[in-house]
Amino acid sequence: MTRVSEHLNQALHDLMEADPRVHVLGEDVSDPYGGAFKVTRGLSTRFGDRVRSTPLSEGALTGVGAGLALAGDRAVVEIMFADFAALAFDQLVNFAAKSTSMYGRPVPVPLVVRCPSGGNRGYGPTHSQSPQKHFIGVPGLSLFEMTPFHDAGELFARMFALGQPCLFFEDKVLYTRRMYEGGVVDDLFRYELAGDVARVFLDGVTEPDCTLIAHGGMTHRALAAMRELLLEEDLACELLVPARLHPLPGLPGLERARHVCVVEDGSEGGTWGAEVARLLYPRLWSTLRRPIGLISAADSVIPAAPHLEREVLVQPGRIRHTIAEALS
Amino acid sequence: MIVTVPTPAGMRNAPSPPADEDLELLLLIRHFELTLLRLFEAGELSGTTHTCLGQEYIPVALKPLLQEDDHVFSNHRGHGHFLARHAEPYGLLAEIMGREGALCAGVGGSQHIYHRRFLSTGVQGESLPVAVGVALKLKGSGALACAYIGDGTWGEGSVYEALNMARLWRVPLLVVVENNGIAQSTPTSAQMSGDIAARAAAFDVPHHRVTSTEVGEIRAELAPLVAVVRGDCRPLVAEFVTHRLGPHSKGDDTRSPEEIARAGDHDWYARYARMFPDPFDRLDRERRELVERIAAEVTARPPSVWEQR
Ligand SMILES: Cc1ncc(C[n+]2csc(CCOP(=O)(O)OP(=O)(O)O)c2C)c(N)n1
Ligand SMILES: [Mg+2]
Repeated sequence: MTRVSEHLNQALHDLMEADPRVHVLGEDVSDPYGGAFKVTRGLSTRFGDRVRSTPLSEGALTGVGAGLALAGDRAVVEIMFADFAALAFDQLVNFAAKSTSMYGRPVPVPLVVRCPSGGNRGYGPTHSQSPQKHFIGVPGLSLFEMTPFHDAGELFARMFALGQPCLFFEDKVLYTRRMYEGGVVDDLFRYELAGDVARVFLDGVTEPDCTLIAHGGMTHRALAAMRELLLEEDLACELLVPARLHPLPGLPGLERARHVCVVEDGSEGGTWGAEVARLLYPRLWSTLRRPIGLISAADSVIPAAPHLEREVLVQPGRIRHTIAEALS
Repeated sequence: MIVTVPTPAGMRNAPSPPADEDLELLLLIRHFELTLLRLFEAGELSGTTHTCLGQEYIPVALKPLLQEDDHVFSNHRGHGHFLARHAEPYGLLAEIMGREGALCAGVGGSQHIYHRRFLSTGVQGESLPVAVGVALKLKGSGALACAYIGDGTWGEGSVYEALNMARLWRVPLLVVVENNGIAQSTPTSAQMSGDIAARAAAFDVPHHRVTSTEVGEIRAELAPLVAVVRGDCRPLVAEFVTHRLGPHSKGDDTRSPEEIARAGDHDWYARYARMFPDPFDRLDRERRELVERIAAEVTARPPSVWEQR
């Protein structure tokens, strides 16, 4: 069994081994600390000064990564908590993303900005956000998210091949979960990969009652809800987890579902889920029987106290009840 | 690596025992922090916390130098800053534990507190420009804004933008730097080129370096400088050379045992215990028992309610 954080760590080792142009930068990424979530463990020992612990300078270190990329190398930048990507907003939006096209010709900027995101850990309002939505729709900027289904090495290769800056979200709770292998999720669910999208399904069910669409960090809460919906409400659900969040890859099979519902951990309003729904409406208009469901975190800061945090973030119970109600 | 002065600063001249009141506060903070680590281990606390073990004397020294109408800006390592400002350990622990009586309904937790002109936030460097704004408003009133930051936080550009404006506009801003020689796991030498004194000088902001860990000595050094901040509206950077005894947060200390022991050489707690067993032992026991009572009482409270959304 491989934990997601170990899997990411191995992918970074392989990436640096295979390509001497790859640099890793971020706060406290060097050994023996190996990053706040241990994802960069062992890299500095093995690859020397291609791995740098930086000062607390999110804006500048993202800019440095962009500079390395501009000069022909490749950079993986770690922002210790996704919340602090706000400090790198200018470098990402006004430099890294724009420079791929604002000079009148394509300029490659192979930069991956890793952002440990998400809550449910009691870290409080400035260390728990899922800020994906703030970066959606920026020309030249792609968003990816780690999932327990996708090979991280392939995702890094995909992101670098784009020649554009990419944000790569990694849910902090997901770090502690295991990678799924061999097409099996558990006793009920199977999965398959179709390009950037993982499809989780019940064997033999071709026309699900509901297809959920969720980002990687929502996987386990979506699965918990799907299990309850099946066992207690007799509703068969399918789950699509795209590793690329923006631009959104093609999502397979939605026409067959009685209901489609997007689930996300970002706070309500102007969200990734709303963007997914916007893209799906024209395609599904003729087959939809009801509006696409949208389940987001509350329009709220994320409290530190666990009993308050739970109410704000999306939990399995809410997913279950929202879907059961839509289908009742 | 860790900034070390050859002999612990407090040993330079045989110090007199600290006033009971100061020792009580030092010990309250020490036991408060130790209790948090214990509660974490027992699974009673979630999230994260950053203790100020070894650095308690800084806010205790500053306590009488601050006035009622001053504003204090704190950071992730802020429990000592708070307790030296407001004698409300029950409210602080309730905030950290998400219990009834929490200072901010349990929404902010350990790092995000706003209570009676004390404000902390978990994003490094963010508070300094805000402190300049508050100081601009306070200018001429005799009150000041005091902002605590660590050595590592000097990596953030906002620190420099704030210092520039603070000096340009002559605002009463006291920047207290807790230079413990490390930021999370990265030694200051690996994240700071030059030094803090030269950086302050570049903005024509006076800088004073404090190496003593004796609250009395520190107060005597700083009192006239703080008076200038108030009277003349000139910012000041007061840099404390200090030592972090514990982990950055919990269980994440990657320093060698020798290095941690070297930091421990500067601990006021061990020094006072050795030099002034009376009244140390008595006060130590009293504060420990007090914090035990606080922890038991707060743990038994119902969860906090977030009414004012
Ligand atoms: C903008 C930002 N970047 C990173 C962090 C994560 N972080 C919290 S404390 C810390 C180290 C701070 O070091 P220093 O300023 O020296 O304070 P100390 O912890 O030593 O008291 C880091 C990197 C943060 N909270 N905010
Ligand atoms: Mg420090």
